[in-house]
Amino acid sequence: MMDDGAAKPTHAFRIETAGRASRAAAAAACVILLVLVLLPAFAGRNLIQDLIFLFYMLALAQCWNLLAGYAGLISVGQQAFVGLGGYLLFALALLGGINPLLAIPIAGLVSAVFALPTALIVFRLRGAYFAIGTWVVAEVYRLVFAQFKALGGGTGTSLAPSVTSAVPGIEWVKTLLDVRTPAARDIISYWVALALMAGTLVLVYLILRSRRGLALGAIRDHEAAAAGLGVDIYRIKLAVYVVTAAVTGMVGALIYLQKARISPDAAFSVLDWTAYVIFIVIIGGIGTMEGPVIGAIIYYLMQRYLADFGAWYLILLGTLGILVMLFAPRGLWGLVTERYDLTFFPTRRQLIIHPHDANRT
Amino acid sequence: MALLETRKLTAFYGDFQALYGIDTLLDAGETIAIIGANGAGKSTFLKAIAGLIQGPADSVLLDGRPIGSRAAADIVKLGVALVPEGRRLFPSLTVEENLLIGGYGRKMPGPWSLDRVYSLFPVLKERRSSATPTLSGGQQQMAAIGRALMSNPRILLCDEISLGLAPIIIAGIYGALPQIKAEGTSVVVVEQDIVQAMKVADRVYCFQEGRLSLSGRPQELTREQIHRAYFGS
Amino acid sequence: MTGWLDALIQGVLLGGLYALFAAGLSLMFGVMRLVNLAHGDLIVLAAFAILLLAGKLGLDPFVAALVAIPILFVVGLALQHVLLNRTLGRDLLPPLLVTFGLSIIIQNGLLQIFSADSQRLRSGAIETASIALGGGIAVGVVPLLTLLSTIAVILFLNLVFYRTPIGRAFRATSDDLEVSQLMGIDHRRIFAMAMGLAFVVITIAALYLGMRANFDPTIGPARLLYAFEAVIIGGLGSFWGTLAGGIVLGLAQTIGARIDPEWQILSGHLAFLVVLVLRPRGLFPRALD
Repeated sequence: MMDDGAAKPTHAFRIETAGRASRAAAAAACVILLVLVLLPAFAGRNLIQDLIFLFYMLALAQCWNLLAGYAGLISVGQQAFVGLGGYLLFALALLGGINPLLAIPIAGLVSAVFALPTALIVFRLRGAYFAIGTWVVAEVYRLVFAQFKALGGGTGTSLAPSVTSAVPGIEWVKTLLDVRTPAARDIISYWVALALMAGTLVLVYLILRSRRGLALGAIRDHEAAAAGLGVDIYRIKLAVYVVTAAVTGMVGALIYLQKARISPDAAFSVLDWTAYVIFIVIIGGIGTMEGPVIGAIIYYLMQRYLADFGAWYLILLGTLGILVMLFAPRGLWGLVTERYDLTFFPTRRQLIIHPHDANRT
Repeated sequence: MALLETRKLTAFYGDFQALYGIDTLLDAGETIAIIGANGAGKSTFLKAIAGLIQGPADSVLLDGRPIGSRAAADIVKLGVALVPEGRRLFPSLTVEENLLIGGYGRKMPGPWSLDRVYSLFPVLKERRSSATPTLSGGQQQMAAIGRALMSNPRILLCDEISLGLAPIIIAGIYGALPQIKAEGTSVVVVEQDIVQAMKVADRVYCFQEGRLSLSGRPQELTREQIHRAYFGS
Repeated sequence: MTGWLDALIQGVLLGGLYALFAAGLSLMFGVMRLVNLAHGDLIVLAAFAILLLAGKLGLDPFVAALVAIPILFVVGLALQHVLLNRTLGRDLLPPLLVTFGLSIIIQNGLLQIFSADSQRLRSGAIETASIALGGGIAVGVVPLLTLLSTIAVILFLNLVFYRTPIGRAFRATSDDLEVSQLMGIDHRRIFAMAMGLAFVVITIAALYLGMRANFDPTIGPARLLYAFEAVIIGGLGSFWGTLAGGIVLGLAQTIGARIDPEWQILSGHLAFLVVLVLRPRGLFPRALD
């Protein structure tokens, strides 16, 4: 609160990011998190597996949203880092004998290292050409990994039981919750997925709240104007690209730890790691943090109940995506915010002005 | 009935209002000039007439018919051609191709053809196969005017055609105006150069911050009036 | 030695096919600034259309393609008019994602209708015919026809773009959309015409795709990538540049295959990345025709 002590009436102001809705949401989030952590104690294995899927798709979606919705980097090649992360996990755990859980953050780090030269190449392209360029790079990754016979070449390989049972904590979970090894492994994967998802949400939130985040919002809204204001667009985009690559790599490592089987076509699949992710973000609402959350839930439900319809299911997804893009470009969350000014992840700053008498503070 | 009339013409760029209810009249065979400071809304005015900005149908009337909501491509076909600010010739087209494309939407019969434009601006014939970025500013302006004439417009809208040109070039270009008028085209010029505007216009309108601040015949307006209307008090 | 010479010749001929794929993409981007992520799938769609016509009407693929061309021209007009014109504007996302969605719909639609079986356009003896060049080297008739057709298509496109009123309109619209409207050009109709024309090129590409190799509903995305690489390697702004780009890509692939057959596609991608790093504007940017 500021006041200048003069005799004329002054205005005090403060800058606030949290509103009532977001404070309520924060409280609710803590409760939800607690419930989710304790869930394995009373949930069946199917639900646990379903939630792992939901968590990692949400993490991927938040990353893609940060890239495309904020930094304006529309990538259709993020599968490069999912596959990279997955193969790194296999390489580290299978060939390097490293603890699988430790391999996950290492995979993230290495993905970031790979992302740097990758960015320097693809950043030479703009707009839609950038998009296809990222796809080409992902294909290169796929073809290169298909050459590594040690990791199964073109047909892929599985994680040996010695590796899967080396995941720390399995014995503890088995005794605590009275489950067998495969279920225990799933539960550990679940907690890792939960941690990754929550961590990603927190990371994205912090980025968007920071000064860099303000710049990202500006880039999202009007890149040329932002550049004119001195925002170092290139540096910020590079940073976002590398950070999302790291997170995506970690997610990829987790995915393939849980699946325990990898192949180039699966790990670098455009459909699984880009098309579905884009669908989630678009349906939910691009350019917001709430959007991907909604989109992920909807996608999970659709996947659960409609995936058996094979080609028709995909035709439905494609059609839905097109319709949303044309008629509700800000997604479901966009429709909600048009009606009600709600924010659960308060990243915007609001100026609150209190006119007051100078004699009072 | 006036050839062209604007009634309470407003224009917006998104949420920003650029014009606040402009009323103007153009009779057949007349030349009117729009003057005003930068940002007063002069170019916006021409864009609104030309259809690049749409508004209520009856805010612009051509021969009494409302055209305010029609698209630019339609309005050219009705005989209103705009020479845009900054010339904006097509860089992928040669000089001659720029002229030819001017006649693309031509529906009106009329006196303007490639040969007629070349006789108006002979230098364009010499440079007919050149790429337009290689032309001088004055030559580009002539090409832009010629391009607009190729649609045989009844009304020619000229947006700041003297911008960035040396006085002698400006005089040369404005020297072509009588021939254009002689072919039956009425002209609206937006001009920063007040002296030039007063010389060619039958009537002058002055804009200030999106509003009409003065109108009248050049010979009837005093310097003080114009100064006040231009800059505000 | 003959092995390498053969690889060179095959590379050029393969490049002709890639340039044909790329020509449609180049056209769409040149006029409408549209990068169509469904481009490869549209080629596959056209191939299935030719297959269907050839089968139902008992036609030779070449004739079936001639029949397909006006049909697909109209389909292109309709697609632009109904769907893609709605994505126009300054925002990058809608055209990208709508065409991406289209790609998925086409692939899965074709899967539903035709199944995942491999198909081929059969034309009898011409498929295996070849011309001997001496020294043990032979050139397939179909690949040669492909290259010749590509050259013919590029000549035709240049003719349209540089010697016709509509070509002028294409170039003007691509230069400056707003001012082109001042010329009386209805950009929606121009874009529809351009898309229709692109579909004609796509149909010709589909004919040769289906004759040279097997095809199935899933091979679209790979063709998109090749087309895109050919355009970037050649440089934006010229159809002959696209031909050059296609040939460079074809050569990269066949030479890579000569070293190790598993490296064919990867070599093409790597050549593309190298060009992107060293000459980001392509080898012949805005080359004047």
